[in-house]
Amino acid sequence: MNERLLNILIQSFPKILLPGLMYTIPLTVLAFAIGLVIAILTALVQFANIRVLKQIARIYIWIIRGTPLLVQLFVVFYGLPKVGILIDAFPAAVMVFAINEGAYAAETMRAALEAVPAGQMEAGYCVGMSWWQIVRRIELPQALRTAFPTLFNELISMVKDTSLAANITVTEMFMTTQRINAVYYEPLALYLEVAAIYLLFSTVLTKLQSIGEKKLGSYGRR
Amino acid sequence: MSMLEVKGIRKSFDGKTQVLNGIDVSVSKGEVIAILGPSGGGKTTLLRCINFLEKADSGSLSLDGKTYDLAKITKKEIAEIRRKTAFVFQNYNLFLNKTALQNVTEGLIVARKMEKAKAEEIGRAALEKVGMLERVDYYPNQLSGGQQQRVAIARALATDPEIIYFDEPTSALDPELTGEVLGVMRRLADEGMTMLVVTHELGFAKNISTRTMFIEGGVVVEEAPSREFFANPRQERTKAFLRAISSKEEE
Repeated sequence: MNERLLNILIQSFPKILLPGLMYTIPLTVLAFAIGLVIAILTALVQFANIRVLKQIARIYIWIIRGTPLLVQLFVVFYGLPKVGILIDAFPAAVMVFAINEGAYAAETMRAALEAVPAGQMEAGYCVGMSWWQIVRRIELPQALRTAFPTLFNELISMVKDTSLAANITVTEMFMTTQRINAVYYEPLALYLEVAAIYLLFSTVLTKLQSIGEKKLGSYGRR
Repeated sequence: MSMLEVKGIRKSFDGKTQVLNGIDVSVSKGEVIAILGPSGGGKTTLLRCINFLEKADSGSLSLDGKTYDLAKITKKEIAEIRRKTAFVFQNYNLFLNKTALQNVTEGLIVARKMEKAKAEEIGRAALEKVGMLERVDYYPNQLSGGQQQRVAIARALATDPEIIYFDEPTSALDPELTGEVLGVMRRLADEGMTMLVVTHELGFAKNISTRTMFIEGGVVVEEAPSREFFANPRQERTKAFLRAISSKEEE
């Protein structure tokens, strides 16, 4: 490696890392949090068997899982202005990622809820608890514990999916790298560099996941 | 004067299988009723309908003098009845994410809005009664089956019920563990708790229950004070059942 290349890499590193911290991470965290709430609600209306809402939930999951994330981003950012709805790039990205994540995580949550041994609901009713009390205090905590590894997996995935937001003008890490490359033209080095930074983020998250799983334990010995 | 009176309870599944064909149950305060019968004969469904874990098609239920139409009963009325009853399940159904003490106090704190300190006091007393005071902070998956079932009984006791329903409480237990649970149930019976117990344990029916019912094909085939029931079974089907189940115990 020659000195010029090394200099480019050293100088570009903070320039790429900064949008990572300013856009990639916040976008991921925000979108995931909102998506998780959507997912829990969507899973709960199915668990509760509320006919109309359940249908809406299934349609929502069907459409969102059946269309590409990139296309969803384009529909919202480039398509909606045609009918007069203008949303800024970053909020649009958060929205789309949240709604997208919600559909996938909803299936994870639904499976996790169904995996909680059924008799506990009956026991809850017999001691006088209401449906919501049992769900909130008994079912959801157990379901979230079961779903934790899968949900965390999806979080780690989302970090990388945010690179798609470059296509709707969010100046996150990937787009920034493209711009730097336009100036210096060292695609191999620069794209490997940003890949390494994504890898750094994912590795930190993976470490957090195992800490989280240890802390959650499993209600006593396993 | 009976405390609990169930009349003409009927239940079918999917409109085809008639599981309960018009059963009457009458329980006076302090009675311990054993319900025997073959699998699929309706005894578990009967118990579950009486506590509204299943919805009966028709019949009436009277508790403490107030009568309810089972076909038209409202959620509010069900809650009202459940405040006076408790249920112990075959597979315990403890809250897996809560400790033994939390299992017992959960209903008191959340459903009856009791103060935590008071609930814990009641909870500890109940756990002591079933011999589980040393394991208040254990989670269900740290306890043996017999221990879990005793916690489940403590959970039932803590709500101060008028009657406790037991649905095959020892069927899921290894034989060595049934004794500890039956021992607790015997203590409760001696202290005057009103109990309705679906069971396969002939020993319990013979020695602890005050009255025994034999249910098969969705009807009460025979019913008598326990001593007489076992000494002098009248119906052929009862005799056949008792023969079959005693020979199984001898194996």
